[in-house]
Amino acid sequence: MNRYTIAVLVKNHFGVLNRVTSMFRRRQFNINALTVSETETSEFSRITVVFSGEKEAKEQLINQLYKLPDVCSIKEFTEDNSVNCEMLLIKMKNQAEYREDIRNAAEAFGAVTVDYSKEYIMYRLSDTTRRIDDFINLMRDYTILEICRTGSVSLEKASTTIRQVINL
Amino acid sequence: MLLSGADILVKTLIEQGCDTVFGYPGGQILNVYDSLYTHEKEIKHILTAHEQGAAHAADGYARTTGKVGVVISTSGPGATNLVTGIATAYLDSIPLVAICGNVSTTQIGSDSFQEIDITGVTLPITKHNYFVSDVTELADTIREAFKLAKSGRPGPVLIDVPKDVQTAKCEYTEESPVQPETPSPAKASRIEEAAEFINKAERPFIYFGGGLITANAKEEMLSLSEKIDAPIGCSLMGLSGVPTDHPKFLGMQGMHGHFASSMAMHNADLIVSLGVRFNDRVTGNREKFATGAKIIHIDVDGSELSKTVKEVCSLRGDVKLTLQKLLPLIKESQKNEWAEKVDSFRREEENHLDKRESLTPRNAINTLNKYLGENTAVCTDVGQHQMWSAQYLKFRTPRRFVSSGGLGTMGFGFGAAIGAAFGTEERSVLVTGDGSFGMCLQELATAVTYNVPLVILIMNNGVLGMVRQWQTLFYNKHYSNTVLGRKTDFPALARAFGADGEKAETVEELDNALARAFKSDGPYIVDCRIDKDEFVLPMLPPGGSMDDIIVELEAEQ
Repeated sequence: MNRYTIAVLVKNHFGVLNRVTSMFRRRQFNINALTVSETETSEFSRITVVFSGEKEAKEQLINQLYKLPDVCSIKEFTEDNSVNCEMLLIKMKNQAEYREDIRNAAEAFGAVTVDYSKEYIMYRLSDTTRRIDDFINLMRDYTILEICRTGSVSLEKASTTIRQVINL
Repeated sequence: MLLSGADILVKTLIEQGCDTVFGYPGGQILNVYDSLYTHEKEIKHILTAHEQGAAHAADGYARTTGKVGVVISTSGPGATNLVTGIATAYLDSIPLVAICGNVSTTQIGSDSFQEIDITGVTLPITKHNYFVSDVTELADTIREAFKLAKSGRPGPVLIDVPKDVQTAKCEYTEESPVQPETPSPAKASRIEEAAEFINKAERPFIYFGGGLITANAKEEMLSLSEKIDAPIGCSLMGLSGVPTDHPKFLGMQGMHGHFASSMAMHNADLIVSLGVRFNDRVTGNREKFATGAKIIHIDVDGSELSKTVKEVCSLRGDVKLTLQKLLPLIKESQKNEWAEKVDSFRREEENHLDKRESLTPRNAINTLNKYLGENTAVCTDVGQHQMWSAQYLKFRTPRRFVSSGGLGTMGFGFGAAIGAAFGTEERSVLVTGDGSFGMCLQELATAVTYNVPLVILIMNNGVLGMVRQWQTLFYNKHYSNTVLGRKTDFPALARAFGADGEKAETVEELDNALARAFKSDGPYIVDCRIDKDEFVLPMLPPGGSMDDIIVELEAEQ
């Protein structure tokens, strides 16, 4: 099993997310993370999907996605050719004996304090999936009340854009 | 011209060259039916007994004409009754436009009476589907649907039209029929690569499917076969693509394919495959499938390339245009040793042939063959009779064999045969089994009402023969729920519906019955009695390879 990140540029119609994710369901891929938003033009939406699976099945999936009339182009990302980023909100129990440790860890990872009370501290961290995983693992030594993380957003390290991808 | 959505819908269908639609009215499609009433001189509506029959009829019409088939239904149960028909068309890549009514946009999502999310339901079985929420988008949506249905690899498209969109008005301007996307050949470099493989091959085999018929590439394929002295086989969907009596043609390949065809494919060193998808019914165990052969694959749908088998050269492009570019690069050659080997397979097949003179399945189909014209469409249902038809029918013209290959839909044949009769404007034939016929026989009413010239040959063995065959071979003869034991009198049933029919228990009786059937004005049932222990042979057991082929019954029983 490999982990893949692809971006799918789609026409901004209702139901389009359903069409794209339905293809993952049909091919029995589990989606690890998903992000959808409008792009630089409201005509298109960009769906970024992180999923695991076999290489042949992944290629078949991309071929099938290309057949959807609402899909304009698809780009596959690797760690080398792209910048990937996701965001975490994490709510920690505010306990006097750990407060200093939690703050130090947050500072080391560059997490920003977005809310603070006597009962809890909330941090925001934008980073790669791996760095966010590391930060959460560190926080597990204390009391995590709740976390929420987005899917990955990815852009290629080049002046080319997804709109220039030619259908294979 | 200011028109209602319903009028725009009908006008756009007419504008797109559609002169026959199949369907069934209901509450949420009433406005469209009102418009069909007004336009009845320009567009003919065939009312079936059930929406499923209408969907299969539109499919049969599309298969025999190459045009887009159109089916119309109401919302809710009308729409869900189309589902099997749409899925059948999807699996066999048939251009179909299905139009459903729905409740008003203001009521959508409130579980109203006869409301169903049909775009959700049909998402995985359509090329695309549309929910039209604004009357100004209706005409263009229909045009786009026609274009999509017939472009590239054809398939079904569904349009859901809420009632208030049918009543709302907007400007309509007539346009000319949409053209499918311009087909293009595969990349030149790939074609050169393919030519190199072909020129080096010593034992080439050409294998084609429904994609060859869609691309209308019969002549190009035959030229290739002649140039490289290659035998030809096909999938079930390819049948009728070349005439059965063509000297290079070995017949259908696969689980119940012709022995010679399967053996030639198994022994080839190169398989040139055209418009096929290497279904499991064709390959059996993929690990052991044609292990000595390199596979070249030309298909208009890139997602079919290297999908299930390993290919040395995959060419995405229109089969006809790609072959046209390929042919000049191919060197002419005779392959005497290979031809001799293929002949030996043919002789072996001849030895296995069923030579009994009683009313065997082979003799039944051969008797039918005597009555088939050049242009007669033969439709089938699914099961043993379908395989016997595939094996023994004499095909002459492309698009004249209509069968549910991918989905394997029992009950498909009757609707399809009605659609085929309208499509070809000739008498059509339905070969069916007593099991399959039982699924959609209410369409007898349709065939009688429209006086459709239709010969219905029921290969009646009183059992669900194909499933029973598997039970015999692989389930210790536990005949679980396959022995029908029904008392249906098919000729009497025909008469009850206002048609005619008779029973045949010998070859002579069958011959006489068919003679009357082919002279009859409307539908005519021939209840042909077949022994329940007749098997479809040869048979590659599921997941097996050519080493496991079963050619004779005695060896197994």
